[in-house]
Amino acid sequence: MVPSKGAASKSAAKRPRVAPPTAAAETPLPQDKLRELYYWMRLTRTLEERLVALYRQTKVVGGLFRSLGQEADSVGSAFALERRDVLSPLIRNLGSMLVKGATPLEILRQYMAKGDSPTRGRELNIHFGDRERGFIGQISPLGDMLPVMAGVTLSFKMRGEDRVGLVYVGDGATSTGAFHEGINFAAVQRCPLVVVVENNGYAYSTPTHKQTAAKQFVDKALGYGVPGEQADGNDVLAVYAATRRGVDRARRGEGVTLLEFMTYRRKGHAEHDNQSYVPKGEIERWERENDPLTRFTDRLTSEFGVDNAALEAIDDRVRAEVDAATDEAEKSPPPEALDALVGVYADPATAETLWYREGESAAVEQHERAEGWGTYSAGASTTPKED
Amino acid sequence: MAEITYLEAIREGLVEEMVRDPNVFCLGEDIGAYGGAFKVTDGLVARFGEQRVLDTPISEVGIVGAAAGAAHMGMRPVVEMQFIDFIANAYDMLTNYVATARYRAMLPCPMVVRGPSGGYVRGGPFHSQNPEAGFVHTPGLKVVYPATAEDAKGLIKSAIRDDDCVLFFEHKYLYRRVKGVMPDGDHVVPIGKARTAREGTDLSIITYAATVFKALEAAEQLQAEDGISVEVIDLRTLAPLDDEAIQATVRKTNRVLIVHEDTRTGGLAGEITARINERSFAWLDAPVLRVTAHDVPLPYAPQLEDFVLPQTSDIVRAARAVVRY
Repeated sequence: MVPSKGAASKSAAKRPRVAPPTAAAETPLPQDKLRELYYWMRLTRTLEERLVALYRQTKVVGGLFRSLGQEADSVGSAFALERRDVLSPLIRNLGSMLVKGATPLEILRQYMAKGDSPTRGRELNIHFGDRERGFIGQISPLGDMLPVMAGVTLSFKMRGEDRVGLVYVGDGATSTGAFHEGINFAAVQRCPLVVVVENNGYAYSTPTHKQTAAKQFVDKALGYGVPGEQADGNDVLAVYAATRRGVDRARRGEGVTLLEFMTYRRKGHAEHDNQSYVPKGEIERWERENDPLTRFTDRLTSEFGVDNAALEAIDDRVRAEVDAATDEAEKSPPPEALDALVGVYADPATAETLWYREGESAAVEQHERAEGWGTYSAGASTTPKED
Repeated sequence: MAEITYLEAIREGLVEEMVRDPNVFCLGEDIGAYGGAFKVTDGLVARFGEQRVLDTPISEVGIVGAAAGAAHMGMRPVVEMQFIDFIANAYDMLTNYVATARYRAMLPCPMVVRGPSGGYVRGGPFHSQNPEAGFVHTPGLKVVYPATAEDAKGLIKSAIRDDDCVLFFEHKYLYRRVKGVMPDGDHVVPIGKARTAREGTDLSIITYAATVFKALEAAEQLQAEDGISVEVIDLRTLAPLDDEAIQATVRKTNRVLIVHEDTRTGGLAGEITARINERSFAWLDAPVLRVTAHDVPLPYAPQLEDFVLPQTSDIVRAARAVVRY
C-alpha cells in the first residue's frame, strides 16, 4: 500500500538528503499546461523576491516567510485540483494559493497590513482564504487545518458534491495531535481528502530526525489504513502526477491519500532566521543541484521543446505583473482603527468601543503605534532623553 | 401538553432543528446506536440515519475541527462532548481556530458544541467540571448554560440557528430532575437574554445553571425566616452577558450576591462584579459578594464534593451578610 518512488525515498534515509534529479516519465501535460506550471513557479519566486525587497524597506509590517526551493511542490500539487476543489495552504504554499486564484496584489497588501487586504489588516502574510476560489485561511498552530479539512471534505461527501480537498502539513506538524486526529477522522469517514506532507528537512530549526523516529513520513499512511506515496517534491511533474493520483482516488470515493513530497527549505523559518543550525554547504548544494525552477526549465527546453524566448517572455510578464501589483499595493490605505471592532460575530456585528476610546481613535494613532512596541525601553518612555 | 425533562427538552430541540434544516447534523462519541452517554441523542440515528448522526473516533480536536470545516461549507454541525470536561482537549481548536475564523478569515462557523457539565453528582475531577469561564473570556465564542427545561429547548434551537459557534453547557444534575411543559410551536429563547427566575426587592442573586435552584431555595428560606425579598436572575447566556438585566436588578435592589458552581478565582462572578462596579457603583448599598466553589479540583467523595461546591446554606448565609451590611 505504500509504494515509494525509488530515488526519492533512498535519499530520504541518508543525510544530508539531496535528492538527485529524477527523469520521471510521468503523464505528459500539453505544452500550454507546462508553460502554465512554469508561470506559477516563476510568479511565486519573483513575488517573494519582491517581498524581500519590501521587507528590507520596512514596508512589510511583520515577518516574511519564503518558499524558496519549494515552489514545485506547492504549484504542482495545487495544479492537480479543479476549480471547485478546496485546499488549505500552509506558510510555504504561496504557490498553491496563486494557482487557486490568490493575486499578487492581495499578497502584497496582506504583507503590508493594508486596509483593503483580504483580511483588512487582521491577519499576517498569506494567512487568508476565499471559499469561492477554494482556499481556506490557515492558522499558526500547526496540524489544526487537517481536522478542519476533514470537515470541509466531509461536507462534500454528505452532500454528494463532486469535490475534493487537499491539505498541506509540514514535517513538523506530523508530530501534533491534531494531525493524528484529523487524518484518522478523515480516513474513518472516507473523506475525499489528499494529505500532503511537505518534508523540507526542518521545522523552524528542528531537523526531521528530531521530529520522528519513523524512517519516512509516508510510512505513517499504513497506520491510518490509507494509501501513501512519496514523490520528489522538487520535480513539479512528479508532484503533479502523484497528487493527481490521490485526487482521482478521492474523487472515486476511495477516501484519503497521504503524500510525502521530498523537498528542502533553502531559507530560514522566516526572514530573520540566520539558519545557523544548518550544516555548512547544505543549502548551497541544494541550490546548485536541485533547484525546482532550474530543473523544470532544463526539462522544458531539452525534453519538451519550449524555447528560451518563450520562458523569458513569461519571466517578463511575471515581472510586469509584480511591478504593477506593487505600485497598486503601495497606494493602498492602512486600515481604519475602528475596523478592529468589526466582525468578531455575525451578531453583534461590532464590538463595543471602550468608553475611554469613544471618538478617540486619533489617540491610538499618536500614542500607541504598533511600531513603537518593544522598540523603546521602559525607562525611555517615562524619562525622555533631554537633547 | 405533558411535562418533559431537561434532557428530553434538549433532544426535542435537536430533533426539531434536524427536521427543519437538512444541514443540521450531530457528531460525537457514542451518540449513534448507543444514543450518547446520557442518552440525549437516543433514537436520533434511527430517525435521521448514520449520515446525520455520526459516531466518531475519540478525538475532541478532530471532531471540533471537522465541525468547523463542515460549518464553513454551510453545514450546521452539533458536536457532543461526552463530558464537557473533555472540551479542554479541543481548547486550541475552539479558541485559536473557531473563535477567530470569522474575524481573521471571514469564515463563518455556525456550529454548536454541547455536553453534560457540572457537579453534585459524585462524578469526580473529570466528570463534574464547569469550564465555561475560559470560553466566556474568548472573543468569537458564545456560551449558554440553561437551568430550566423550557430554556434548554429554546436555547439549543437558537444555538443551532446562530451564525457563530455556540457552546451549550447542559447541567447533568438537572437532566432528569428538572421538568417543564414546552410552549407550543417553534419555541426559541434568544441568546444573550437573562431571565428573572423570582422577583424581589431587597437583594439580587445573580446566578446560572444548577445553582439557580439553590438560589431559589435560599430565597424561600430568607423570605420565610428573615422576611427578605430576594430577586433571582438566571443569566442563561454567559457570553454575551445580559448587562442590561444585571444593571437593572442592581439598581432595583441595591444589594447583590453572585452565585456560581464554577471555582472562584477567574470565575464569572469576578467579571459581573466588575461590570456592576463600573456602571452601578452609586446604586450599591453593600459590597457585591460571591458564593462559588472552592478553588480546588472537584473531589469524588460526597463529604468532599459537598464541602467544595456551593450549597443552599452558603447562599443563605452570604445573602444575610449582604443584607446586614
